[in-house]
Amino acid sequence: MKPAQFAYHAPTRLEELLQLLADGAGEARVLAGGQSLVPMMNFRLATPETLVDLRRVQALRELSVRAADGALLVGAGVTQARLLREPAVQAGFPLLAAGVAHVGHPQIRSRGTVCGSLAHSDPTAELPALALAHDARMTIARAPRRREFPPGSTNRTQPWNSQSERRELAADDFLVSYYETAVEPGELLEQVAFPPLPDGAGWSFRELARRHGDFALAGAIAVVAPGRHARLVLFGVGDRARRIASVEELLLRAPAADAVPGDAAALLEQIRTQVPALVAAAVNPSGDVHASADYRRELAGTLAVTAIAEALERAR
Amino acid sequence: MSEQLPIRLTVNGAELSAEVEPRLLLSDFIRHRAGLTGTHVGCEHGVCGACTVLVDGEPQRSCLVFAVQADGAEVETVEGLAAPGAELHALQQAFHEEHGMQCGFCTSGFLMTSAALLREHPHPSDAQLLDAISGNLCRCTGYQNIIRAVRSAEAKLAAQAGDGTPAAAPAGDADGA
Ligand SMILES: Cc1cc2nc3c(=O)[nH]c(=O)nc-3n(C[C@H](O)[C@H](O)[C@H](O)COP(=O)(O)OP(=O)(O)OC[C@H]3O[C@@H](n4cnc5c(N)ncnc54)[C@H](O)[C@@H]3O)c2cc1C
Ligand code: FES
Ligand code: FES
Repeated sequence: MKPAQFAYHAPTRLEELLQLLADGAGEARVLAGGQSLVPMMNFRLATPETLVDLRRVQALRELSVRAADGALLVGAGVTQARLLREPAVQAGFPLLAAGVAHVGHPQIRSRGTVCGSLAHSDPTAELPALALAHDARMTIARAPRRREFPPGSTNRTQPWNSQSERRELAADDFLVSYYETAVEPGELLEQVAFPPLPDGAGWSFRELARRHGDFALAGAIAVVAPGRHARLVLFGVGDRARRIASVEELLLRAPAADAVPGDAAALLEQIRTQVPALVAAAVNPSGDVHASADYRRELAGTLAVTAIAEALERAR
Repeated sequence: MSEQLPIRLTVNGAELSAEVEPRLLLSDFIRHRAGLTGTHVGCEHGVCGACTVLVDGEPQRSCLVFAVQADGAEVETVEGLAAPGAELHALQQAFHEEHGMQCGFCTSGFLMTSAALLREHPHPSDAQLLDAISGNLCRCTGYQNIIRAVRSAEAKLAAQAGDGTPAAAPAGDADGA
């Protein structure tokens, strides 16, 4: 199959890109890496009237560590491959590096973007789960709602108002449901900020896929600093990646592993006995040709226990 | 027909200019407009890897890129590995010697993926090699000979470059690509 016709724009300025999206009145879509959008267009599951390609916008290529809080800033033009090659990511964001290495294959990651994966919001994708585990924050931009010229003005050399509107959302508010986020038609996910994990926290990324590089059947991410900080995120077992509050409470009540000798073993035992049931009660997987709902529910519990144990081991 | 857009790109070093419909896939541009049919098209949704080419040095699915997106890019296809009639590229020679192909449908994709891998990592670990070729499907060979061929090409390229680094042992029995 070949895609249906569409109009194509590849502007160089961010304001122009935002205006093109706004003018598209819901029929214009962002083209980032195209690794999810183009397959859908080849099958004509998606037939957008207009594509606005962000590849020429230099301002969206930002990939840096913010001095103020050490957060990793990733612009909409940053590919998954570039993120993995970045020394600051390998050194300072090992959970992100471990997780993104599971996204597809090198040929996909060389075009697919970090923000594109978040905006696409596949329930089995790694990046939305990584965003939750990192307490990431998303910046959404749009052109000003109305473009007005002063009456009688003839100077239209600056048609794009530089006062773009921006809002910032926490990952949990950004992700909505299956293939749905808080990004509205005409808007751009401009940037995502991943704060570093808390000092001394251990982490683990676990997923099971039928073949290397496939979308996961289910996955679990744990970030734990005993008694201080706990994140358990599951993906592939519901409409979107979610934190599991009941398990996080259990981990927060847990004493630091070295507080009392023997506590660490007792804690692990408690996790092994209690977490699978807490997970099973919190997730809502569906079955498909790859795995039944029951299998995914049980797998989620197993992956959660394994991830928490590994994160505890890595915690200092 | 919808609006045509001008593009300029290099394919295997030769500069090409063309007017294309935005919906023209790079894979179709390469095959039908540039006449380079060594790039194969299998699934057209990014899964099989037969259409893999290098865009600005990185392996990419040409079926998931519009030709307009390749405006200004340097594209390399399997035809760029060795000129017609010239000596084969080390990878092509190794695939031949190690029986890294049967029907050959997947082969150009494997060659381009492996070419990119060996440029970035002249001596890849088993994990790097398997990760690289995991994005290419082969219905014939069972992959073991492809892995041997890449290891053999690694040694040939190292010898050509005269870096003297011994190649790692063949990873013939490494598990599931
Ligand atoms: C064979 C194959 C295997 C894959 N395996 C995996 C896997 O294992 N795990 C995984 O997570 N993904 C996988 N993917 C998907 C891949 O990660 C995509 O790159 C990603 O989902 C989308 O990113 P993109 O930049 O390609 O976005 P595009 O395809 O360009 O866009 C996807 C959607 O998001 C919108 N969009 C993109 N960027 C923005 C933005 N900045 N603001 C607003 N909207 C935007 C687009 O309009 C479109 O609707 C795979 C893809 C293929 C083809
Ligand atoms: S034809 Fe492009 S990946 Fe199959
Ligand atoms: S040789 Fe036939 S598909 Fe690989």
